[in-house]
Amino acid sequence: MGRYVARRLLQMIPVFFGATMLIFLMVNVMGDPIAGLCGERACDTATAAQLKREFGLDKPLWQQYATYMGNVFTGDFGTAFNGQPVTELMSTAFPVTIRLTIVAIVFELVIGIVLGVVTGLRRGRPVDTTVLLGTLVVISVPTFVTGLLLQLLLGVKWAWIRPSVPPEASFDELVVPGLVLASVSLAYVTRLTRTSIAENRRADYVRTAIAKGLPRRRVVVRHLLRNSLIPVVTFIGTDIGALMGGAIVTERIFNIHGVGYQLYQGILRQNTQTVVGFVTVLVLVFLVANLLVDLLYAVLDPRIRYA
Amino acid sequence: MPEPPQEPPHEPEGAVAGTGMGGGMDLAASEATALERTPHGPDGPGGTVGTGGPGPQDRPRSLWSDAWRDLRRNPVFLLSALVICFLILIAIRPSLIAPGNPLQCDLARAQDGPRPGHPFGYDGQGCDVYTRTVHGARASVTVGVCATLGVAVLGSVLGALAGFFGGVWDSVLSRITDIFFAIPVVLGGLVLLSVVTSNTVWPVVGFIVLLGWPQLSRIARGSVITAKQHDYVQAARALGASNTRILLRHIAPNAVAPVIVVATIALGTYIALEATLSYLGVGLKPPSVSWGIDISAASPYIRNAPHALLWPAGALAITVLAFIMLGDAVRDALDPKLR
Amino acid sequence: MRGGTRVTWALGVVAAVLPLAACGSGTGAAGGSVLSSSWGDPQNPLEPANTNEVQGGKVLDMVFRGLKRYDPRTGKAENMLAERIDSPDSQNYTITVKNGWKFSNGEPVTAKSFVDAWNYGASLKNNQKNAYFFGYIEGYDKVHPESGRQTADTLSGLRVTGPRTFTVRLNQKFSSFPDTLGYAAFAPLPRAFFTHHAAWLDKPVGNGPYTIESYTKGAQMYLKKWDGYPGPDKARNDGVTLMVYTDNNTAYTDVLAGNLDLVDDIPASQLKNVKSDLNGRYINTPAGIIQTIAFPYYDKAWDTDGARKVRTGLSMAINRAQITKTLFRGTRTPATDWTSPVLGTDGGFKAGLCGRACEYHPAEARKLVQEGGGLPGGQVRITYNADMGSHKEWVDAVCNSINNALGNDRACVGNPVGTFADFRNQISQHKMTGPFRAGWQMDYPLIQNFLQPLYYTNASSNDGKWSDKRFDGLVDRANAETDKARAIGLFQEAEGVVRDNMAAIPLWYQNGSAGYTDRLHDVALNPFSVPVYDEIKVG
Repeated sequence: MGRYVARRLLQMIPVFFGATMLIFLMVNVMGDPIAGLCGERACDTATAAQLKREFGLDKPLWQQYATYMGNVFTGDFGTAFNGQPVTELMSTAFPVTIRLTIVAIVFELVIGIVLGVVTGLRRGRPVDTTVLLGTLVVISVPTFVTGLLLQLLLGVKWAWIRPSVPPEASFDELVVPGLVLASVSLAYVTRLTRTSIAENRRADYVRTAIAKGLPRRRVVVRHLLRNSLIPVVTFIGTDIGALMGGAIVTERIFNIHGVGYQLYQGILRQNTQTVVGFVTVLVLVFLVANLLVDLLYAVLDPRIRYA
Repeated sequence: MPEPPQEPPHEPEGAVAGTGMGGGMDLAASEATALERTPHGPDGPGGTVGTGGPGPQDRPRSLWSDAWRDLRRNPVFLLSALVICFLILIAIRPSLIAPGNPLQCDLARAQDGPRPGHPFGYDGQGCDVYTRTVHGARASVTVGVCATLGVAVLGSVLGALAGFFGGVWDSVLSRITDIFFAIPVVLGGLVLLSVVTSNTVWPVVGFIVLLGWPQLSRIARGSVITAKQHDYVQAARALGASNTRILLRHIAPNAVAPVIVVATIALGTYIALEATLSYLGVGLKPPSVSWGIDISAASPYIRNAPHALLWPAGALAITVLAFIMLGDAVRDALDPKLR
Repeated sequence: MRGGTRVTWALGVVAAVLPLAACGSGTGAAGGSVLSSSWGDPQNPLEPANTNEVQGGKVLDMVFRGLKRYDPRTGKAENMLAERIDSPDSQNYTITVKNGWKFSNGEPVTAKSFVDAWNYGASLKNNQKNAYFFGYIEGYDKVHPESGRQTADTLSGLRVTGPRTFTVRLNQKFSSFPDTLGYAAFAPLPRAFFTHHAAWLDKPVGNGPYTIESYTKGAQMYLKKWDGYPGPDKARNDGVTLMVYTDNNTAYTDVLAGNLDLVDDIPASQLKNVKSDLNGRYINTPAGIIQTIAFPYYDKAWDTDGARKVRTGLSMAINRAQITKTLFRGTRTPATDWTSPVLGTDGGFKAGLCGRACEYHPAEARKLVQEGGGLPGGQVRITYNADMGSHKEWVDAVCNSINNALGNDRACVGNPVGTFADFRNQISQHKMTGPFRAGWQMDYPLIQNFLQPLYYTNASSNDGKWSDKRFDGLVDRANAETDKARAIGLFQEAEGVVRDNMAAIPLWYQNGSAGYTDRLHDVALNPFSVPVYDEIKVG
């Protein structure tokens, strides 16, 4: 187990370099970002050349990458086009986004699994159909619309919440945005749980447990649910990236200046330093999340072992 | 001068999301075919099960042909198959039920409600919502189904290999998926799709497959890792069954459920993702008609013209419903424990 | 069933959490007579000569006062810090700064404050994006050469002649030069700007009616009324909190909920509801912005006599009245010339200068396009950037209008480009093959600013590379003309050349719009669509 974790940690190194290089390359392929900085007019050539020099864009690509990586290892992630250091952007964006992601994952786990268990145990009953309809609504109506309607209803009409989240964004202010962010993933978690439960409830060990006379709740939670969680845990592991880096619409609706927003702005403005910096941190998050998921497999299913 | 940024109404949220085996039926069929033809399959070539293909033959029945037999008697399956056939039909010939021109728009009618001959009303540009919804099926169904199929095949094959063989295979494949996970959808779209000049849906489909497979691959890997611990797999191995046979006969049927679930839901999100890409100017080239494009155009006007959102979103919901039910039926049919 | 109790329990937790969320949120608006207003993150550091967009401009407008100020209502340039600006020949100017002006840190505003600021703004090594504003001053080619190293640090045309006087020598005659001096790039700068630059950027210090009390980048800025402000336009409120919003729709919703006092850009999707939502607390006033469709004249197909007819035909195929009414709900006005109503008739705005060519005549449009040899390539693709501003909607509407007029549903299609930078790159590398969107927000309310940068040969915003000797000659003469009325007459004559060639299709004049809560009174927008903060009363 210890060796397995050590090996996985070592494997992060090539992934880290591969991913940063790929992203670096992609942002560069998008072309010259300077032209976008001067509004609806051509930058004068002298200033444009000077800006290029300053951002190191006049150097060959490999040299830009080498310089950038060298700086990263000294903790310097470069500067955004508005003059702010990228580390400063990260230090304001990541805490909010991490809180938002935690709220969303809690929703996915609590509501998703509960609904999944209920519908899995009562397939075809009205509750199953109702949840299915909810799933369809969540998938086919854009987050933008659900977010907007919730904001108008809860924020303006009933005044339960503030329509926008203030910059400090505490957990309780992120409840509604977290729910909106979680909505599509909720559909996945619910249906994954439902299917696993439906599949496993006829498994031998469940029959054995029932035959032993264990209370139903204990059978469901200790035996049935535990063995049904592997796909759910896998899904959430893959979803962390979408939740953290791709929450663009949710962040926009609720005015959260998080990672999704900064990353999106960085991409549109073609700011290599911002994009690579944020993605680098996200890659580390994925890697750790995936490692945790793999370790969880062994916890959820004792037959799975890691050498 | 630059105005405040306007982001795509349909974000990449869930865009990185999963995948599928949307054409659950077709996939089941093709897998079945592949299985039966594998040289290791001692059961010989079973029925070439296609849509409406011949039923199982008199040979010893395989799990897959059993499944097909079950399916044909399952009303849920038949109903969803019927809906899907209808969708495919109007995708091919939209003018069968909507003779109008989806590009014919009159701004004077913008956001108007229904009137005779225009049962769904008009959208923000004064286009007929009914005509656009029917004509939008082609692009949306193609993107949804083909992208889902592609992601399902690529993702589950690579995921199954990683999960089944473990070790170096797993390390290499999993680390590649990790790198793919790192690519933001917006960046990938702007870089990879902006160079494409083709006026078809295929670049979009290819792009979604490229960015969508890692999620399905991880789901499949997780399922295979679980399934391969089961006693019957150990038993089959002890009996000297080949890897291919174990993977296809024993593991696949038990590991396919999560893949089907993720794939059928992802089908809907891919249809929405197409709209995000089109919004960024890298998806379908104007003047394309698709549900995603219409949904995202109608979204900001939800307060004033909800009907313009309702109909294309309803069409999307029905499509997703059909595939979810189909996937459910296929999964049930494949579950050995239900026999 | 026991399973059921578990569900009830879980739902109970959720139900318990939601009201908690409600308790946690307080009201956002600051107390006293401080108002909160929507803002966007400035794209550049807040240096006056480096700010080329509205959001940064908003702050500069509160923190700085220049030699001139444009009247918030009429747009006329009026002396602010300038006591007098004299010129015998429209080329040599003597500027006298008023006595008694200070920066908010106590430093007096002198002639040197201006000359140092202008030298900084012009110098290549400081990377100021508005450096070209100093291009009329003699010696600009030395401090900001097109290529190669700069050979001087200061503009030779600027000379301090006394504590409050300095002279400016231009490299050409430019009679309306004094009227350009209200632009933010010409603002004076305190010594601290040069000596403690980084600290200054974190909290800029100027000489305007407000001082920056606190600034959290990316989140908010609190500007406090400066009690010692010597100017006539003292703030009538205690301060302004600018809150960064990533989406104006959220700002709008916050105004509805009373968490924000002022949103200065109403989202198009809410325009239908704004009057009833805000009970009339909505203003919609003309701004110095015109939207046009430009053409690539470097493409042979568009640079022919037939293409001129095609362009006029396209212009007549666009139903401007309907689009501005339906899509923009009156926040745009159909354009009938190439300037803006904010100039006023005295300033050179001439309604109807475009004539029939800017009216909707579908049959004539079709005829003209045919006479001109049809659409080049059989189809026009209007290129726009998809990332900022909601251009898709109006481009689609313009195309539908053209298609309906020409009776061909593929005659015109939109061609979105992913990013603004890519859009600008395609323009600067002459890659456009068809018409593309062009928007112009004036820098200062002069007819010159609507014509010269856009249509003069090789001008900085002449994106289509249109070139006409007659136009250039008329503009040169107008710039040299000392009599204002005659100068404007010449500019209008030059505008006639633009019209006769349909160099660009004018679409509509853009208004500024704003909505506010009932705490505010006397809310107005200036011709730059920026709220006149100092006049707003709270309570």
